[in-house]
Amino acid sequence: MSGEEFVPLSLTPMLIGIFAAVACALPGNFLLLRRQALIGDAISHVVLPGIVVAFLMTGMIAAWPMMLGAAGAAIVAVILIEAIRRLGRIEPGAAMGVVFTTMFAGGVLLLEQSDTSTVHLDVEHALYGNLESLIWLDAIGWSSLFDATALAQLPVELPRMALTLVGVCLFIALFWRALKISTFDEGFARTMGIRTNLLGLGLVITAAVAAVAAFDAVGSIIVIAMFICPPAAARMMTNRLEDQIGWSVLFAVLSAVLGYVLAGYGPLWLGASDAVSAAGMIATVSGVILGVAARFGPCRSRAGAPAGI
Amino acid sequence: MLLDALLLQLGYNATLVAIGAALLGTAAGITGTFLFLRKRALVSDAVSHATLPGVCIAFLVMVFLGGDGRNLAGLLLGSAVTAGIGLLCMNWLTRNTRLAEDAAIGAVLSVFFGLGIVLLTVIQTLGVGRQAGLEGFLLGSTAGMLYSDALVIAGGGAAALVMILLTRRPMTLVAFDPEYATARGLPVERIDMLMMGLVMAVTVVGLKIVGLILIVALLIIPAVTARFWTERSEHVVLLAGLFGGLSAYVGAALSASAPNLPTGPIIVLVSFAFFALSLFLAPNRGVLAAVLRHLKFQRRVHLRQGLLALAQGHAIYESLTLRLLRRAGLVRADGVATERGRARASKALRDERRWEVVRSDMAHEAAAALYDGLRDIETVLTQDQIQEIDRQIGGPHEVLS
Amino acid sequence: MTVTLANISAEEEACIAKSPLSIRGLTVTYGEKPAVFSVDMTVQPGQMTAIIGPNGAGKSTMLKAALGIVPPVSGRVQVFGRPLEEQRARIAYVPQRASVDWDFPTRVIDVVLMGLYRELGLLGRIGRSHRAKAMDCLERVGMGDFAERQIGQLSGGQQQRVFLARALAQGADLYLLDEPFAGVDAATEKAIISVLKSLREAGKTVVVVHHDLATVVEYFDNVFLINTRRVAEGTVAEAFTEATLQAAYGGRLATTQIDKLARV
Repeated sequence: MSGEEFVPLSLTPMLIGIFAAVACALPGNFLLLRRQALIGDAISHVVLPGIVVAFLMTGMIAAWPMMLGAAGAAIVAVILIEAIRRLGRIEPGAAMGVVFTTMFAGGVLLLEQSDTSTVHLDVEHALYGNLESLIWLDAIGWSSLFDATALAQLPVELPRMALTLVGVCLFIALFWRALKISTFDEGFARTMGIRTNLLGLGLVITAAVAAVAAFDAVGSIIVIAMFICPPAAARMMTNRLEDQIGWSVLFAVLSAVLGYVLAGYGPLWLGASDAVSAAGMIATVSGVILGVAARFGPCRSRAGAPAGI
Repeated sequence: MLLDALLLQLGYNATLVAIGAALLGTAAGITGTFLFLRKRALVSDAVSHATLPGVCIAFLVMVFLGGDGRNLAGLLLGSAVTAGIGLLCMNWLTRNTRLAEDAAIGAVLSVFFGLGIVLLTVIQTLGVGRQAGLEGFLLGSTAGMLYSDALVIAGGGAAALVMILLTRRPMTLVAFDPEYATARGLPVERIDMLMMGLVMAVTVVGLKIVGLILIVALLIIPAVTARFWTERSEHVVLLAGLFGGLSAYVGAALSASAPNLPTGPIIVLVSFAFFALSLFLAPNRGVLAAVLRHLKFQRRVHLRQGLLALAQGHAIYESLTLRLLRRAGLVRADGVATERGRARASKALRDERRWEVVRSDMAHEAAAALYDGLRDIETVLTQDQIQEIDRQIGGPHEVLS
Repeated sequence: MTVTLANISAEEEACIAKSPLSIRGLTVTYGEKPAVFSVDMTVQPGQMTAIIGPNGAGKSTMLKAALGIVPPVSGRVQVFGRPLEEQRARIAYVPQRASVDWDFPTRVIDVVLMGLYRELGLLGRIGRSHRAKAMDCLERVGMGDFAERQIGQLSGGQQQRVFLARALAQGADLYLLDEPFAGVDAATEKAIISVLKSLREAGKTVVVVHHDLATVVEYFDNVFLINTRRVAEGTVAEAFTEATLQAAYGGRLATTQIDKLARV
């Protein structure tokens, strides 16, 4: 494929997809090991009410208020889940179910009640995003990468997602050791003076920030696939956390690239004329990767019993 | 208008929807209770998201067969098929790999939903009628519902309810204690599958009213709400059915009474209102009751510890203990015990000695098991027994109280 | 009886200041029934102390509350005469084996390196000296050959030894172990006890939650008997007697058993 076509139409959505997938997969590794995989589920469902409230308060569709609103909603959700779990002595799954459905319902109701017909804010968009629309029209080919005027017209989601990814990487790198110890053995971590509660909250907030930044591109439900599938598949490949992180990044990138390509060009190869949802296809591909890893991965069974039986 | 709605005066369809919703809510509440007691509440989330590709596939199949693709019964059948496949995938992942159930739930949920979105865009690009209103399945939509659709929902809700009535006993047993159920010779695995089958049925029937994202709420919230009010599993089941039915009915009626009140979200919010009330106000497990109880308990612990410290001449380090002793008039402001304080302290210490005897004597085993540091010995033993113990201890015999 | 509280404090504070671990008025509750009620404990420096008591008597709970892992209803904990938070670096804790997920993706050597967390800080690089130190700790518990294994592939006794090696790596002054001998093989038990004794020789203090009454006299200097309340505390000769065992275990221990133990 020529640069004239690829760079303006596919390069940016593909990069955004990759950044989003990796930014979610990194904290996903820890959520998975902490048996908190569904926190990702809860967070992504409350993104919608967050942006609706932000819209109602500011009256405009702008990136920063909405990101703040969504992040705020994620934190509120996490606190509510924890409060309901402790106060009501309810198992975490059920507490999550109560909180995220209620907040989601509230978001939909607010959306219906308010006059958003003039602006582009709808439930479907929030649910499955629109990766394909994040194109770079000012680019004319690979040379545009060195053209300042063209670069200035990059879709704003790209630097935002890249920044988020850097932030996520920083958090994981900075707290790597503390995260690893407290995930493995929380009681021991506390005796070492690690503030495990704060660290856990930090991890959830990092995941929330990644989810919020990614939802714009891939929608809030598919974010869950990015949180869970690459780390889960990576878990089948190795027994070392360091390697698991590496595999999960590889799988995340693979899902994003393959998913985008299949969605954009797959139908053409089959003779159809229109592309299908890239975000949906990325989730599907990540599921296929998980399926293959779960079936053939060298470390797919629980430790203690050697794999291959 | 709201009263009209609650009294089913808003036309035939609205009435059918309200009745259907109530039946569905009841069935969902009860089914959800079994899931909740089995600690698998969020399995329903995977099941509900996994219906989306099924709806799309059923639509495509019906279109290719020459129909218009909108037959509700057909769409629901399709959704049941992929929901079932999703369930099998989830079970396979938890059983055959190292993944825990939560990860399997999340993986199935997101991947099936993603596939569903892909299929939705395929339907869009095929240009068969504008998207066929399949988005309605995401969030539910009762507006413009056909009479036949309402009938399917009411019928489906009733059928699920009948199924539950028939199988409630073995399901309760399995939800409560699967190992015991196995020992009793019950086919636990098949009953689990049946439970999931019911979850699937409720989900599928509820798709059109509340949509696949919110149906989970109908399964989880009533069960959690009911749990606050009772400790008996059969009562939880009944109450959950009641809360579920009531919220669905009130929600459906509310949403019919005014424009811009989508049915699904309203039902969810109504049931959350019941939940919030129960969380705070339920008599035993409610937060208010628990906080009061804890404060009272904490005061008793500190007071008792303070008395024992006084009696033994130990230092008291905690300011709360001192404050409570002072407030009860047991020590003076300077930390010295009052007359009454000394009396109470020596009684406390004496009781402790008595307990020691009780706890080291096999004859008092039943009474000893009740020891928790706070219980008055008089509530456990008779006066005669206490005197007998006092004889063993010796020393001064006056009992101050 | 009319002594002011201040007088007693001075004398007791001196005692607390010397003790590696002192607990006053500790009450912990799960729900409404206290698991530990108003317990005082003063651990003697440079000795091995066993915490014993029947199942559900609050042994582990007391230890966890003393370390701030579970929140107490009331109580004051001092480590070497200072608040716990200031003394974290001087404590090494060995949790029960069942408390962690052994399917966690990590190797034996990585677990031991976790013991160096305070030394390494957030970002410090693991150098050759750290690795050598971790290996040395593994050798001391006889697990040197297993450094590269995934932790889930170890037997229960081996897992326990890895936990002990991690505690050794911390280089603490006070070692707290929660049921280290539960469900381990005889070789492991021997290895662990010899390590603990070498710690005592080096002047360290060791506190062990212990369940096997038959080995108390052989292994320990002091005992602390607990059954929700403190039943007895002192040297094995003073506090591990027929009367104290009867008081701690009540009807739960057959009299013949107690006779046998007390006579050891």
